[in-house]
Amino acid sequence: MNNPGPTLSDFGHDPLWISIIKAVAIFVFLMLGVLFGVWTERKLISRMQHRYGPNRAGKFGLLQSVADGLKMGLKEDLMPRTVDKVIYFLAPVVIAVPAFLAFSVIPFGPMVWMFGHKTPLQLTDLPVAVLLVLATASIGVYGIVLAGWGSRSPYAILGGLRSSAQVVSYEIAMGLSFVAVFLKAGTLSTSEIVAKQAGGGTWDIFGMHIPTPSWYVFSLIPSFLIYAVTMLGETNRVPFDLPEGEGELVGGFHTEYSSSLKFAMFMLAEYVNVFTVSAMAITLFLGGWRAPWPISLWDGANTGWWPMLWFFAKLALAFAFFVWVRASLPRVRYDQLMAFGWKVLIPLNLGWILLAATLQALRLPESNRNGILAFGAVVVIAGLGIWLRFDTVNQRRREARAAEVEEEFEQLREEPAAGGFPVPPLDLPHYHGVVPSARAPKEEVTSGSN
Amino acid sequence: MHIVYPVVVSALLFSIGVYGVLARRNAILVLMSVELMLNAVNLNLVAFDVWLRDRLHGGQVLTLFVIVIAAAEVGLGLAIVLAVFRNRKTIDVDRLRDLSEDLTEADPEEVRP
Amino acid sequence: MTLQAPGFWPPTGPEIVFLLLGVVALGSALLVVTTRQLVHAALWLVVCFGALAGGYLVLTAEFVAWVQVLIYVGAVVVLLLFGIMLTRAPIGRSADLDSGNRWAAALVALATAAVLVTVVVSGFRTAYAPLDPGQGAAKPLGSSIFRTWVLPFEALSVLLLAALVGAIVLSRTDIQGRK
Repeated sequence: MNNPGPTLSDFGHDPLWISIIKAVAIFVFLMLGVLFGVWTERKLISRMQHRYGPNRAGKFGLLQSVADGLKMGLKEDLMPRTVDKVIYFLAPVVIAVPAFLAFSVIPFGPMVWMFGHKTPLQLTDLPVAVLLVLATASIGVYGIVLAGWGSRSPYAILGGLRSSAQVVSYEIAMGLSFVAVFLKAGTLSTSEIVAKQAGGGTWDIFGMHIPTPSWYVFSLIPSFLIYAVTMLGETNRVPFDLPEGEGELVGGFHTEYSSSLKFAMFMLAEYVNVFTVSAMAITLFLGGWRAPWPISLWDGANTGWWPMLWFFAKLALAFAFFVWVRASLPRVRYDQLMAFGWKVLIPLNLGWILLAATLQALRLPESNRNGILAFGAVVVIAGLGIWLRFDTVNQRRREARAAEVEEEFEQLREEPAAGGFPVPPLDLPHYHGVVPSARAPKEEVTSGSN
Repeated sequence: MHIVYPVVVSALLFSIGVYGVLARRNAILVLMSVELMLNAVNLNLVAFDVWLRDRLHGGQVLTLFVIVIAAAEVGLGLAIVLAVFRNRKTIDVDRLRDLSEDLTEADPEEVRP
Repeated sequence: MTLQAPGFWPPTGPEIVFLLLGVVALGSALLVVTTRQLVHAALWLVVCFGALAGGYLVLTAEFVAWVQVLIYVGAVVVLLLFGIMLTRAPIGRSADLDSGNRWAAALVALATAAVLVTVVVSGFRTAYAPLDPGQGAAKPLGSSIFRTWVLPFEALSVLLLAALVGAIVLSRTDIQGRK
């Protein structure tokens, strides 16, 4: 059961052909994952909305995405006349390639025997692997900005600006939510973070040894919750899918990319990004490829090729979470989105990092606990003091404003034209010139009758 | 690795940045050239850190600090550029002559606020 | 540290890679300062920073390399692109990106380059550093930042906060001075 899995020193020994096999396997897995992910999403969301979903192409409509892909490939590839041709062509590539790259540091399983070589089920690992994932995500932003800019369309440029602002801001919150994991694991390498989640410690209280769960989702639950929100924002999914808000921006940054292969690239990148952030959630918080609790009692659960199964099961569940959210939540407004990211997620995250770092420092054997506790108390009291100070100021200001408005209102009630405007009496019912009962009964207009 | 390679690359990069700062009119392009110069400095810092085998990693740490300062600089610089654009409808640095000494020689097509 | 530096010829593998990356960085930097399209300048800047990050990787400074990609490529140039778009840059070529003194600028830049290159070549001709990986990993860097360099680090965090507040105040039009 306690097979900690590969560490950094296990990487870099593969012969080239094994690396190629792994890379091709990841690519094929992602492509198939997108094909069936689209199908799963459509099917799942239709069941949640009491409809059938695609059910014509193949058994259960399984081949629907294949048919859509073929259709996109066969469609005429339009190149609008006034676009910046290089950028217009480059944008889908720039958005799709980094999405695939990030998967090279995701651990799928422990050491396995592959054609006579013992090798980890992970393409590569770096001492700073998580930074690589963040870096690829930040390169993906360029695809969005360039698509918006190169299209020379107001909708596209608005969508591109919105979307990149959103992704950049949520990336900060996302990076901050990783910090607690780094503090706890003491490493930035994905395989070692998974290895650190192998065995939980024990919690000594009143002489009893209570085993604590080893996955970081339990010990770092605030980080996980924040990450779960930011991964929706980072991938432009509902409820944060403003760049594609159909009601206001047509198609957002890919408005001018008609349904050709270029559009397929955007679609591909979106789904691969969903898989990437889910895989990061699994690796950093949900124990990576490790078997969940009842299964992990079985000795063979974390050896050989089995862990790949657990990983895929977790990935499917994470994807289902995305679909569930999409079926449940409405789209938020843009200012709400930015305010939530900057004024809620980031401060919460910073506070939680402080708390987690303090707890971590208390646990070090050589630490000066009283000093840390005293310092923490000073910080908390100072924070409270600052908050109280500014809150009373706000309160006073709000009361003054309310009193002012009330006074003005009183004055206006006595004398309607006091403010210099010819106003109707404020207690007048709102007719707007038409008495509702006098309106002609409308003829019912059925949809499609035009 | 011969240290002269990164150092020469960095010197050339710095000179390109100097050219950009002096030759460009658009304020954002000037900011970009400043970034080029900062990056040249960073390359120097990293190269000397590797050469001197600093046990305190002074070079690489200073590189990180420079990156952070560059981020702050770009943020502020862009805020200023946007404020200028809001008021003048131009961000050409050689048209912002309100503080120049001799107004008689001012560009006739200067945009007045 | 420079006891017996190997000769310049033949260059080792890392040196070849570094020189190629350096050529890419210099070429794209030249395009940044000479291109006639604003957005393309930003894109060449991305290429330049990416090549420099590759150079850091060759120099075994991997943490710095990824931070370079993350912050410069991921944030700084995106900000610059925002600036370009918000100042209504035209798509396509714009004729007036260079000021009148570009020949003087070229002269100054050439002089700078000549001076700097001759000085550094004469100064560091024999400097040689063998590359061993692991020097720039997160762990040694982190421990030296938070032990030796913690005071500058804290000062920088205050600076960043000040810059953040300043940028917000500058760019918001609805904040007036004290009445």
